Amino acid sequence: MSSLITMDDLSDEDIQEVLDAAERLLPVAKGDIHLPLLQGRILGNLFFEPSTRTRMSFETAMKRLGGEVVNLGAVASSSVVKGETLYDTIRMVDGYADIIALRHPRQGAAQYAADAAEVPIANGGDGAGHHPTQTMLDLFTIRQAHGRLDGLRVVMAGDLRYGRTVHSLAHALVRFNCELVFASPEGLKMPTEIVEDLEVHGAIILESDDLQNHIDDADVLYMTRIQKERFPDEDEYRKVAGSFSLSADNLTNVKEGMIVMHPLPRVDEISPDVDKTRHARYFEQAFNGVVTRMALLCRMLGVEVPAKIGGGA
Amino acid sequence: MSAPETSMRRVTAINNGTVIDHVPAGKALLVLKMLGLDGEMATPVSMVMNVPSKKMGGKDIIKVEDRELTQHELDRLALIAPNASVAIIRAYTVAEKRVINLGDEVVNVVYCTFANCASLGDREPLPHRMKVVSVEPLNLRCHYCGRPQDISELVENLL
Ligand SMILES: [Zn+2]
Repeated sequence: MSSLITMDDLSDEDIQEVLDAAERLLPVAKGDIHLPLLQGRILGNLFFEPSTRTRMSFETAMKRLGGEVVNLGAVASSSVVKGETLYDTIRMVDGYADIIALRHPRQGAAQYAADAAEVPIANGGDGAGHHPTQTMLDLFTIRQAHGRLDGLRVVMAGDLRYGRTVHSLAHALVRFNCELVFASPEGLKMPTEIVEDLEVHGAIILESDDLQNHIDDADVLYMTRIQKERFPDEDEYRKVAGSFSLSADNLTNVKEGMIVMHPLPRVDEISPDVDKTRHARYFEQAFNGVVTRMALLCRMLGVEVPAKIGGGA
Repeated sequence: MSAPETSMRRVTAINNGTVIDHVPAGKALLVLKMLGLDGEMATPVSMVMNVPSKKMGGKDIIKVEDRELTQHELDRLALIAPNASVAIIRAYTVAEKRVINLGDEVVNVVYCTFANCASLGDREPLPHRMKVVSVEPLNLRCHYCGRPQDISELVENLL
């Protein structure tokens, strides 16, 4: 594989392989084992809009594998100021790095860059388009908890209309025959064309404007942030946000292995008392971004992750 | 005399030029717009609309005098009239038949109808590429942003 633009660039087997490699790389990601698989390689972080978490996660992933990172944020902002084309910017930084992580406000920027560049492009989010490394870390977190991706019941809750993260994850989970429950307030429902597209691909989907009734059957509860700006007034927001939030009290009858995920940052949708329950996985999920990106960087650079890492102790 | 010839006679025969037959009924004006033949021009254009057709129920026919449409123009035509038959006329006879074929991809014919697409930058040099998902009904997806194209807007987005 060269570039990673959308999840379609990975077959189901590819996904499992990357997740396997990521699992083996866990001790390296934690710093317990030193494994400089990417020594001498340079990652160019080309971020046209701020996304500190994604940028740092790519950076940490590269450095844990002994690689170098060049931050090209300044190049990005100066090229915008000077009116340089994306094509020219990419052609220029193409020479600086062995692989480029790109974040751009316009949809399709990653494919455009991949067509312009010689080196592989890792899509770190392009407009309302794709963000495949986020989807991969979500899948990793789910598989880590359940030992599999197949046939799980996944409840997605909150703002499903504007959330690129949940759109992309939903598509990926349908490939593994998961049952999906979309719980959202009326105005923030999953877009119809996405629901239809998922159903064309054989998805079993339940849509609901209520969250609490679906928590007890869930294997995964994927919470998202409801933004105040989406509502006409504060009262309306409070009312809706309240019914799509989670506290430890809501978790008394859930399945034992159920996990609560959230792409972070959260506001009020998950109360801090959930953090201490065995169901909370959102902080691990954020860390998993590093190990998943490590596996993806290796794959994109054509570097094999050893089948056995460490002394086996 | 066969049916197509009869209906062709509804429009005066032309000496030299291009005849576009089997345009979906009612789409002739759109085709003219797409080919840039709707404005002020020296070329005489005649057309008939809603001619009964065995194959299509109804169809439009367009005759463009003294212009042989290029393959590039025909590629555009395929967006509206994928089943059109095109004949180049020289000295009142069919000199050449051209085939309309959208193929798998339409390159540099239209630009993306999604306003936030990365391919739309002013001076971005890469070709405008549309994947042909289906011909009837016409369904195109942008190679870059992946968005299904708004077919009603395509005519406004010709290169
Ligand atoms: Zn586009």
